[in-house]
Amino acid sequence: MSIDLKTVKHISKLSRISIDDQKAKKLEKDLNAIFKWIEQLNQLNTDKVEPLTSIAETSLRFRKDQVESKNIREDVLKNSPRDNKDYFVVPKVVE
Amino acid sequence: MTNLIDLTLSDLLKKIKSKEISSKEITTVYIERSKKSKKLNTYVEETFEEAIKNSEKFDNNPNFDKKLSGIPLAVKDLFCTKNVKTTAGSKILENFVPTYEATVTQNLWNEGAILLGKLNCDEFAMGSSNETSYFGNVISPIDDNLVPGGSSGGSASALAAKLTPATIGTDTGGSIRQPASFTGTVGLKPTYGSCSRYGIVAFASSLDQAGPMTRDVKDCALMLEVISSFDPKDSTSINFKRPNYFSDLNRNIKGKKIGIPKEYRVDGMPTEIENLWEKGKSYLKDCGAEIIDISLPHTNYALPTYYIVAPAEASSNLARYDGVKYGYRADGENLIDMYEKTRSLGFGDEVKRRIMIGTYVLSSGYYDAYYLKAQKVRKLIKNDFDSAFNKVDAILTPSTPSSAFKIGDKTNDPVSMYLNDIFTVPVNLAGLPGISIPAGLDKNNYPLGLQVIGKPFDEQVILDIAFSMEEKINFKLKKNDWWIK
Repeated sequence: MSIDLKTVKHISKLSRISIDDQKAKKLEKDLNAIFKWIEQLNQLNTDKVEPLTSIAETSLRFRKDQVESKNIREDVLKNSPRDNKDYFVVPKVVE
Repeated sequence: MTNLIDLTLSDLLKKIKSKEISSKEITTVYIERSKKSKKLNTYVEETFEEAIKNSEKFDNNPNFDKKLSGIPLAVKDLFCTKNVKTTAGSKILENFVPTYEATVTQNLWNEGAILLGKLNCDEFAMGSSNETSYFGNVISPIDDNLVPGGSSGGSASALAAKLTPATIGTDTGGSIRQPASFTGTVGLKPTYGSCSRYGIVAFASSLDQAGPMTRDVKDCALMLEVISSFDPKDSTSINFKRPNYFSDLNRNIKGKKIGIPKEYRVDGMPTEIENLWEKGKSYLKDCGAEIIDISLPHTNYALPTYYIVAPAEASSNLARYDGVKYGYRADGENLIDMYEKTRSLGFGDEVKRRIMIGTYVLSSGYYDAYYLKAQKVRKLIKNDFDSAFNKVDAILTPSTPSSAFKIGDKTNDPVSMYLNDIFTVPVNLAGLPGISIPAGLDKNNYPLGLQVIGKPFDEQVILDIAFSMEEKINFKLKKNDWWIK
């Protein structure tokens, strides 16, 4: 199965990464080489194998539903890319 | 008197605890040497002034009961350090200053260690040569123009160049063990769940582990003892009785059964590595261990499996970098345009490539063919190790299929770069502990390493085996400080 330029652009859209035509062509080449190499997994019959979803075969722990971090508004907003003490600023989304 | 710089971490501690030297004295020595070693490009953030202050604070009110009393340490820039810039080697986090501390680094400071600075690494730990960092490639002290390995390349280089007495890195597919092997140092990846992932910039959450990088096995046991802890803040942290790795360390490995997997004898592996592996076997026999041939039949499938699983998890983890809450933001015409430009300009090529691989294998119509398939093969790889460990206590392999390569040699061929991790990746996929120790030199006098793989939570066993081999190998690296200015 090969990945064409149209697919590369579709993946870039899904990934929310804009790429120009030159980069897309380079990626088409790289991704095809990588996936050609990955195809060797198809030599294995895995019909009866259970997928491994977690290496630590334990279920997740529960904790008490308690607030532990209080009054951290300043901390949360500290690294915001736009200076604002009260909320995160994004481009207008509602007309 | 021996040069202070040449002391191992455990010897240095003895001198501090016996008040032969002060924390400030040794901190200053490391800072001065680091300042003269800019050529290696190991530090991305220096906290030298703060370190001096902290060493004075220690000396004024010393506590010698700690495990790392007054010891200066630089760490990989993938650990969030409170109020100290943490970049993960990425432009997107160029100005990120965490308001909290990673658990493993907090464990270091709780035991009296002092932060020297943050060490360069491949961007988001994605790389095997430290050439993908936004802050430029790191140079190995072994030779000019030589890569230190990756992704903990800055850590390995700083350690080998004696710019820090020890350090910690992270290992998702070999990122501690491969650079340790390339630089003639010791590196250990613990069992998945041993060391907390809290506050580590996430790459692939089912594979990531922090671990020590040190000059010898003794130091490695000490550092592991400090950083390994149960942490409720990491949902996959495992609560088990952790041994005193350092005080329990010994060379009694008589009767231990060591497996030699035939699948690790790969095509094109240099004879030097083959010979080194043979030598390792004979050393172990000399120590009273028993060598047993084993088979790990799915070894060849580990790398392609890894290059589905790791990018899939990465694409999901890195979705958080959207330019909204923290990190770099590019201006856009609307919200989507802002996301796309931010991520396009904020991430480097390798990171983008892996996000796209991950997005593709998780996308509708391809999930079963790639991601589910990889999870099933991962199970087969784990089963291989499970059945091997019915017969043996540990496994001995080379750490890497070659010695370090020159900068730029593999950057145009992603698959050949990925092949570097052929012996380390299976260990991450199965969640096992593995240690790389320096074992010899190739024809260019570049270091080569051997890896010991253990059962889950058997860090003590692999440390003891490595400790025994280390004595027999008696590794010596002849190098001058060519990079010092």
